[in-house]
Amino acid sequence: MPIFSPSEDPGSNFNELVKKLGLVPSHTSWSESLSVPHATTCVALRFNEGVLIAGDRRATSGNWISHRGMEKVLQTDDFSAVAISGAAGPAMEMIKMFALILEHYEKMEGRSLSLEGKANQLSMLVRNNLPAAMSGMVVLPLFAGFDEHDSQGRLWDYDATGGRYEEREYVAIGSGSMHAGTVIKVGWRNSLTAQDAVELACRSLWEASEADSATGGPDGLRGVYPIVATIDKSGWHRIEDSELSEIFDSIANEVKSR
Amino acid sequence: MSMPFYVPPEQMMREKAEFARKGIARGRALVALQYNNGIVLVAENPSNNLRKISEIYDRIAFAGVGKYNEFDLLRQAGVRAADLTGLQYSRRDVDGRGLANQYAQIIGQSFTHESKPLEVEILIAEIGHEKETDRLFHITFDGTVIDENVFCILGGDSDAVQQRLQTSVDPNASLQQAIRDAAAALAGPDRPTSTDELEVAILVRSDQRRCFSRLNHQQVSDLLK
Repeated sequence: MPIFSPSEDPGSNFNELVKKLGLVPSHTSWSESLSVPHATTCVALRFNEGVLIAGDRRATSGNWISHRGMEKVLQTDDFSAVAISGAAGPAMEMIKMFALILEHYEKMEGRSLSLEGKANQLSMLVRNNLPAAMSGMVVLPLFAGFDEHDSQGRLWDYDATGGRYEEREYVAIGSGSMHAGTVIKVGWRNSLTAQDAVELACRSLWEASEADSATGGPDGLRGVYPIVATIDKSGWHRIEDSELSEIFDSIANEVKSR
Repeated sequence: MSMPFYVPPEQMMREKAEFARKGIARGRALVALQYNNGIVLVAENPSNNLRKISEIYDRIAFAGVGKYNEFDLLRQAGVRAADLTGLQYSRRDVDGRGLANQYAQIIGQSFTHESKPLEVEILIAEIGHEKETDRLFHITFDGTVIDENVFCILGGDSDAVQQRLQTSVDPNASLQQAIRDAAAALAGPDRPTSTDELEVAILVRSDQRRCFSRLNHQQVSDLLK
């Protein structure tokens, strides 16, 4: 059981604790030709009562589809979620660590970090990954949450150096981000309801999957649909697959009738 | 160079135990008991910020009485140990028995080797998937671990509280009844229960990941009405 003297104590930061105990894997330099699964398109947008976060389910290694059911959007605590693009292995590790940091802080201190504090903490994890990013293992997260202090949804995207950018309206990341981002840009309004936001996000992922081979579309055959979730004052709500299936059906019908 | 006086080990242990017992008895008592859908922990605590009961892991709660800084240090160590185990292995591999054993080692070590023993008594409560797999590990100031059934009392005037509680305790009682019994046992017949001084938390038997939650003063006074 880890007990420290007051001057050695790592405080409530789980990452510091893990470092102190030497449990962090050493940074090895990766070969750029190493082919590992990459995760792709994720979007987030604000709506009138909160924020929506969504991502497709495909992971690719070069021209291979390596996973069809990957969960790139993860709830990190009651009021926040992360979506990732980039090298899947380090990315999943980063989200796992991030969620643990939030929970550990909450248990140690008896209260949650502020949303801004959470976004800042994620920025440090991205920056720590910089050596790996230099040799091709880039991980770029997107962070969305409901700020209980300001009573509004907020979202951030990051660059490989840990740069943290708060977005006012929407953001799209990953290989299909140009298409997905354009769809949202055209359809975004200040007064979007949660339902409008869900439909807009589905539409954006549909268009991205049409144009980008690394983005997976709705897969009715296997029953695999993108992950779409909203976060508002009552917390995280993941949209049911049955509801997504209806939305994608209506998009398909509309495309057919063009 | 002066030689320290020889003190026979029996006497040293006896004096340390007496010291620790006195320190713990100065504080107020805490009870934990099973109810029909989990475990409820009730403490008399005049402070609304310095907690005696807290969450360690998904299905595990910690309760401590005695010296606040000492049991809070143990609480933090427990949260760290549990989170590290969960990170390195799996969330399922964190269990109450393992934690209780580690606590027993630390507290026992300190009792035997330190000149001042820890003036604490702690409880590791773990909610199982069925009532039969609930665990209440009671660890005393000398590192003794007691695997308690149905209910457990820590600190304060624990013998008197035990006498009052054991007549009413019922693992199939509702949450409301369980809190009433606990509050009545803590207060005794001569003293009214003040909801402002009750710290109440529950471990609810469910398939949710985190089973621990606190009840605020409003919720407690509604239940005690």
